[in-house]
Amino acid sequence: MSESNLISLAVTILFLPLIGFFIVLLFGKRFKQLYKFEVGIITVALLLSIFTGVVKLTNYFNNIIITQFTWIDLGNVPSIGHLSINLGIMIDNITVIMLFVVTLISTLVHYFSIAYMEGDARFSRYFAYLGIFTFSMLGIVIADNLLMIYIFWELVGLSSYLLIGFWYEKKSASDASMKAFLANRIGDIGMFIGILILFTNYHTFSFQDIFQNIANGVVPFGSNGWLTAAGILVFMGAVGKSAQVPLHIWLPDAMEGPTPVSALIHAATMVAAGVYLVARIFALLTADAMLVIAVVGTVTSIFAATIALTQNDIKKVLAYSTVSQLGYMIMALGVGAYKFAFFHLVTHAFFKGLMFLGSGSVIHSMHHEQDMRQMGGLKKKMPITYITFLIGTLAISGVPLTSGFLSKDGLLAGTWAFADLTGHYLIPIIGFTVALMTAFYMFRLVLMTFHGEPRNQHKFDNAHESPKLMTIPLIILAALSIFIFYTPNPVAPSEGWFFNWIKTPQSVVPEEARFDFMKSDAHKVEGSLNKDVHGSGSENAAITYSEMYEHAMHKVHYPAMIISVIFAVLGILLAFLMYEWKKIDPDKLAEKLKPLYNLSYHKWYIDEIYSFLFVERLLDLSRFISWFDATVVDGIVNYSATLTRGIANITGWFDTYIVDGLVNFTAFISGFVGLSLRKIQTGKVQTYIVYVVFSVIIILLILRPF
Amino acid sequence: MIEVGLTHFLVVSSFLFAFGLYAILTRKNAILVLMGVELVLNAANINFVAFSRYGNLGLNGQLMALFVIVLAAAEAAIALAIVLNIYKTFGHVNVDEIDNLKE
Repeated sequence: MSESNLISLAVTILFLPLIGFFIVLLFGKRFKQLYKFEVGIITVALLLSIFTGVVKLTNYFNNIIITQFTWIDLGNVPSIGHLSINLGIMIDNITVIMLFVVTLISTLVHYFSIAYMEGDARFSRYFAYLGIFTFSMLGIVIADNLLMIYIFWELVGLSSYLLIGFWYEKKSASDASMKAFLANRIGDIGMFIGILILFTNYHTFSFQDIFQNIANGVVPFGSNGWLTAAGILVFMGAVGKSAQVPLHIWLPDAMEGPTPVSALIHAATMVAAGVYLVARIFALLTADAMLVIAVVGTVTSIFAATIALTQNDIKKVLAYSTVSQLGYMIMALGVGAYKFAFFHLVTHAFFKGLMFLGSGSVIHSMHHEQDMRQMGGLKKKMPITYITFLIGTLAISGVPLTSGFLSKDGLLAGTWAFADLTGHYLIPIIGFTVALMTAFYMFRLVLMTFHGEPRNQHKFDNAHESPKLMTIPLIILAALSIFIFYTPNPVAPSEGWFFNWIKTPQSVVPEEARFDFMKSDAHKVEGSLNKDVHGSGSENAAITYSEMYEHAMHKVHYPAMIISVIFAVLGILLAFLMYEWKKIDPDKLAEKLKPLYNLSYHKWYIDEIYSFLFVERLLDLSRFISWFDATVVDGIVNYSATLTRGIANITGWFDTYIVDGLVNFTAFISGFVGLSLRKIQTGKVQTYIVYVVFSVIIILLILRPF
Repeated sequence: MIEVGLTHFLVVSSFLFAFGLYAILTRKNAILVLMGVELVLNAANINFVAFSRYGNLGLNGQLMALFVIVLAAAEAAIALAIVLNIYKTFGHVNVDEIDNLKE
């Protein structure tokens, strides 16, 4: 298996769902069974990506496989030289991992949807949309340049628009799809500007070439500030796609789409695209840019977690939990915990996909009831959904032996180590608080849905376990939420194989613009710092910067683990106290903390604030423009109309009196002459003869022939 | 006794022509107008014959007079037919009231 074969495999995986999309879209109406083709094709893509992953990780473990081709050759461009726009495909370790994650979840969602979407009027169209979404997502994953990422980025935006608004007859759904599209668009503007800053300076979109240029000391417009700006601007795209504050508003609304779509797009893949993008550009992020990213991530995680505490819609809770977890990943990237961020991305994709599909299963059996206050006691009715969901919940709460424990714990340790090295202690503090909240609200969800007494007896009686097509994907994802798939040692992710597949890219930013701990190993740390890192002793041996980071991580690893477990248990305990054992009445607590409760319940009034700040102001602007249009523009138009009418009146008068006058006068003269002359014409023959006679006489007199 | 010469004939024919013309111009009745026409023609006949006798035309003038008589007969036939039709159309034969040509 050569490298070029791997590339062809990746391209095949990329285009399979697109083929499915076109065929199902074009012929789906006529052949009702065609959706099976799409499902089959995506399964093939899954198998191929497993194969690709295995080959890549065994044969080419340390290689980054890149192939490029010229897309547009612009020839000789003045003052630049030969310029061509290249596209290409890059396969490194995180690519094959993402290929696997995307195709796996996509496949499971396809199977799940067969049962979930049964009887829908646009059944085959739904599968076509899933196909184009998978295609776009895979395009982002395998792209080796920013331009291709941007193109597929927009395609993802489009397909998510189509899927969120799939039930477009519902106004809320079509509104939500519009909102998602617009919020993403705002982020994409920044991303596009960032890409153009890089392109203007380096005349290439390729990651490798850009990194090479920066490593050679060429920074945009000769200033590190521009490099920071480029990083932050490209990150803006991720803010939109990964639903970070302040553009997170679309994700909870996007829950209007079919639930499997929420699992695919809004939990596992599309929102992960933002994180993936930041991971891709990680090497060019300066210390300032990373700090901004870390702060945005931190704010997002706490912000969404506080909202999730009080929501009653099962999907809304999951949505805000997703936003919060994405904030975690972004935060981890910002603090340089690259491996854990990506690790968390993968584990989160599995357990959040699992929980979304689980909630889909619940909603399906409750006949599209999403309000948790109508549920309760479902664990007897739906044991498989319950157990798998519980595993997902344990994973997201960070309970040991789950995948979530491994990634989340490492991620929090990363923020702590970062704080130790730079002094930003607020980030880990918030991080741990969010862990507590996460455990609480996720168990609140589980307890309200599956435990206790049924609150709506009628709906409860009709509830039933979902068909196998829906439960088997749940079981697969639940299995993937167990630690054993990632590491043999449940407390030390860094000993696991998965962790070692991921390689932190070496930063290429000029040394002075990096965090100390990311400086290249060629320089040794000063003695004083050394002491700091080691805590006690060993001042004699100077260590490298990367060792410094390792030490910091190592130092906080176990404390972070212990604290995060304690927090998780506290959160779970609190949830049990309130919703299972009824020791604390949640309603009374809400009454006591009324302002806080309201703030959380109404999502910090963000929608209202945006509505006031942007929508209303936009309406004001529109009203002003409308007024301007009605008075000034219309005024000018009306004035010129009046003017024209005036001129027309004058012309009309001139026409009537002068031109027509002349014509009429001529006519009058002719008429007058005619009238006068007609008297000669009597019609009486005798008169004519008189004329003739006299004429002859006159002629004779004149000619005088005699 | 004055010898009758060309002048006398011409005077007679002039009077005859004048009376004929007068009849044509003044008579109301179409028949009388036709009679005026006959007078005018006969005035011309007298001239032909007189010039034939006193000029050096030979018999040509007399022959021409014969032609005129034949023509007058034909003319009278046609004219009377027209007058009859006029009478049918208008109920009278007053030429001064028949001025439809004006319109």
